[in-house]
Amino acid sequence: MQPTIFSYILHYSKPQQLFLLVVILASYPFLYLSLDLPKLIINKAIGGEADGDVYVVALFGVDIPFHMDQIPFLLALSFIYLGLVLVNGGFKFYINVYKGQLGERLLRRLRYQLFGRILRFPLTHFRKVSQGELIPMITAEVEPLGGFIGTAFADPMFQGGQLVIILGFILIQDPILGAAAIAFYPLQMYVIPKLQRKVNALGKRRVMNVRRLSDQIGESVSGIVEVHAHDTSRLELARFTNRLGIIYRIRYEIYRRKFFIKFLNNFIDKLTPFFFFSIGGYLVIVGQVTVGALVAVLAAYKDLAGPWKEMLTWYQQKEDIRIKYDQVIEQFEPQGLYDEELISADPPDDEPLGGEIAISNLTLAEDDGTRHLDGVAINMPMRQHTAIVGDSNSGKSQAAMLLARLETATSGKISIDGRDIATLPEAVTGRRITYVGASAHVSAASVGDNLLYGLKHRPILEKDYQGDERKQFEAELGEAEVAGNSSYDFDADWVDYDAAGADSRDALQGRIMEVLEAVDFENDVYQMGLRGTIDPQQNPEFAEKILNARFALRDRLSDPEIAPLVELFDAERYNTNASVAENLLFGTPLDETFSLENIAEHPYVIEVLEKVGLTDKFLDIGKQVAQTMVELFADLPPGHEFFEQFSFISSEDLPEFQVILTKAARGDETMEEEDRQQIMSLPFKLTPARHRLGLIDDVIQQRILEARRVFAADMPDDLRAAVAFFDSDEYNAAATLQDNILFGKLAYGQAQSANAVGTLISEVVNSLDLHTTVVTVGLDFQAGIGGARLSTAQRQKLAVARALLKRPDLLIINEATATLDPASQSKVLENVLQASEERGVVWVLNRVQEAEKFHYVVVLKDGRIVEQGKYEELMKNGGAFRDLLEAA
Amino acid sequence: MSLQEEVDLLRRIPVFAKIEPSKLKLLAFTSERLTYAADEVVFKQGDPGDAAYIIIRGSADVIIETPKGPLIVTTLKDNDFVGEIAILCDVPRTATIQAKTELEALCISKDLFFRLVREFPEMAVEIMRVLASRLELTTSRLREAVSATLE
Repeated sequence: MQPTIFSYILHYSKPQQLFLLVVILASYPFLYLSLDLPKLIINKAIGGEADGDVYVVALFGVDIPFHMDQIPFLLALSFIYLGLVLVNGGFKFYINVYKGQLGERLLRRLRYQLFGRILRFPLTHFRKVSQGELIPMITAEVEPLGGFIGTAFADPMFQGGQLVIILGFILIQDPILGAAAIAFYPLQMYVIPKLQRKVNALGKRRVMNVRRLSDQIGESVSGIVEVHAHDTSRLELARFTNRLGIIYRIRYEIYRRKFFIKFLNNFIDKLTPFFFFSIGGYLVIVGQVTVGALVAVLAAYKDLAGPWKEMLTWYQQKEDIRIKYDQVIEQFEPQGLYDEELISADPPDDEPLGGEIAISNLTLAEDDGTRHLDGVAINMPMRQHTAIVGDSNSGKSQAAMLLARLETATSGKISIDGRDIATLPEAVTGRRITYVGASAHVSAASVGDNLLYGLKHRPILEKDYQGDERKQFEAELGEAEVAGNSSYDFDADWVDYDAAGADSRDALQGRIMEVLEAVDFENDVYQMGLRGTIDPQQNPEFAEKILNARFALRDRLSDPEIAPLVELFDAERYNTNASVAENLLFGTPLDETFSLENIAEHPYVIEVLEKVGLTDKFLDIGKQVAQTMVELFADLPPGHEFFEQFSFISSEDLPEFQVILTKAARGDETMEEEDRQQIMSLPFKLTPARHRLGLIDDVIQQRILEARRVFAADMPDDLRAAVAFFDSDEYNAAATLQDNILFGKLAYGQAQSANAVGTLISEVVNSLDLHTTVVTVGLDFQAGIGGARLSTAQRQKLAVARALLKRPDLLIINEATATLDPASQSKVLENVLQASEERGVVWVLNRVQEAEKFHYVVVLKDGRIVEQGKYEELMKNGGAFRDLLEAA
Repeated sequence: MSLQEEVDLLRRIPVFAKIEPSKLKLLAFTSERLTYAADEVVFKQGDPGDAAYIIIRGSADVIIETPKGPLIVTTLKDNDFVGEIAILCDVPRTATIQAKTELEALCISKDLFFRLVREFPEMAVEIMRVLASRLELTTSRLREAVSATLE
């Protein structure tokens, strides 16, 4: 990268900067004219200074005659003035926008380059530099650069030009006073950079400390579990205070120095007039200088002060930016940065990897001399299944990383098929070879997107843009190119179907099912699918099939043996396993309008209750519920888990309800509106089958059914978007697949009903051939930040599945299944080996017993190969391998 | 059956007889009432124990696994209390309970159970009494069994 901000700006925007200067120069004459014209208007047009019947206007030394009367002449000049105002404004507008655009494009380029460099950092560098430091560098720290880039050359040019012109004017008027006016400039030019240097040094320290601050926030966030587990929040706060203290001190020092510079500047500025008054005045008195000349010079000096101040400000800004640039850039030039070509080159050919893995004298050492691997040498066929075993200090994990070229060896060489992998482009090592580590990263996207991530190297199919979209896309692309950004369309189809061994989307689905099954993840995704939703408009066929599943399940449930497990929704019947709110709504709330928290307060609901005459009854039931809750929970300690699990009322609200009840018991008929709302909200939460309070009797149930009908029939149009009503023959877009199939509620009090119904649904789904489709919906399940909505085992299964989908020539697995239980570990291992029959697998085992399933076993100890061979041979030898096996 | 009826039912069970009604109501409210079909297993020998059960209606066999196969030790009926050993001693279930007829049971969670025992020493005494009489029964059966084998 360019060593300074100026060389960076020049390198990427020399023509644009020059163009900007030309435009600025071109604007000068108009600026001059607009300053000159008022004088002309007053003197010539209004004053009527005509040469006979011709008005002569001198323009840059050329006399232009106007053959007209005074009034038209005045109007003509006035309109010219108006025109000039517009032209000048136009220039200013154009120059500012141009500067902004120039700055933004360069900033965009810089950020892109910095991020590109992060992608080229050697992996070891990430042990030294944290996320918390990198993020502010690319986001906040370079931000001011954008504003500066446009003004980098334009401002000194513009202000400097003005300065020179005015200075020239003064010197022509009176050389001595002119010299006096700028007498202190050399002093300022000498002292201020000196003072500024200290400020710069402080500025550097400030940046470093702010980085550490964000680094520490990052640390605390990622270690938040430990913070709570060890009660160390005080320690964290103290550390943070420390950091803030340092930043405060630096800031304070910066302010003092910065404003001292300002003070000094202002003082020197005012010092000059002091000399004008004293010495100039003396000269006037003794008659060496005229009063007029002194006044003129004073006025000129005042004009001079503006641009001079601007120049000084620009200088300070420049220094600030210069430091920012230097400090950011130096962080992006670590040792061992991957070669650009290595990362971005296309694959040289379509040849699969094969032949032999030849490792010679491979050593991996830390800076302090610790050797993870020490002179490892081995030759073995690539297309076999190799197990690497050893204890945790054996260097087995590093060996796997080196083989996948995720580490750089200190010395030695690994070649595959005679090709040194250090020189292979990532297009080969990242496609033909695949690595899965022990804590694979799952990104905040859907499970499906995560699976396909390994197939997205380059856009394969361009997105089909139409009309305006196309124009928009082309404009975006053009802009990206101008800023030197990626010209690949993120929205294109990046999935490399060939690599996955699929010739179409459907075939890819098939492959996905295969790999999901291989890693024992299929059932998990099926469950995610049941909890997922679909848009019936987009998938009418699928919605139709789900409805069929609903009908099939209903048939099965007509069997009296299993009928009690589910209470189906029926428009004509009250569902005792659903809450009163659900019974009234008889649908799924689509937004917050009718959510369980809000439904009781909604004016329309209140109106409906009033219409069917339920209001008083609800108030009565609400009081009884409150009474029961107070009775049951009053002497439990606040925060007891029962509140959360069973109570309708939180422990904080309980005393309030007690007061309301006491008031009501005194016969206080007029309840306050707020209290009334509180009480009214309680019955909505009642589920008769679960709570068994006996408050919702048959009569009330009939009334609620009546309310249900009224609610749906009289609903104003603007509320219809807030609820998706249950309809036994319609797919409900807001409900999950499972709820759509079930179309009812699991019955309370039926032992193991959830399991039994789960099996039932599964049977129905399978009988209708819907299983795969449900899994497909499960692929849309959002994995959460860092895959947090998946369990550790699920994340690892996903990572292995992702690797399998790619069908790499060489699959390297580094204890990736260690978090699975032993039974599924064995299962996954067998499946993966079976799926990679003709391909190479190198598996760093965490369970030595599994080595039996491999063609070849390599035993590492203290960074050296101590034994290698077939499993049977090693068993016979009774060496290191047997020791490991016996220790396991 | 409503909560009030459950409370009445609980009061007929000796262990709970001396507990004040409001506590019994809390017990009933926070306990799940479960229905099992005939032959359905309530819990299995060896499972971790997290709840005790009170038989409300129906009967259930207590079965233990022996080297010679499953053996029905006794049959539970209305108002019987079962499953308390596993939650008292933190050991796995010592027997399997299988519904003999259609069965209704109140499932009391471990936490709730301990809370009640702590708050109502009468209940603890009552449980001791039940356990002691069971021990008595087991001992006498063992005596019979031993003398039978000796003969």
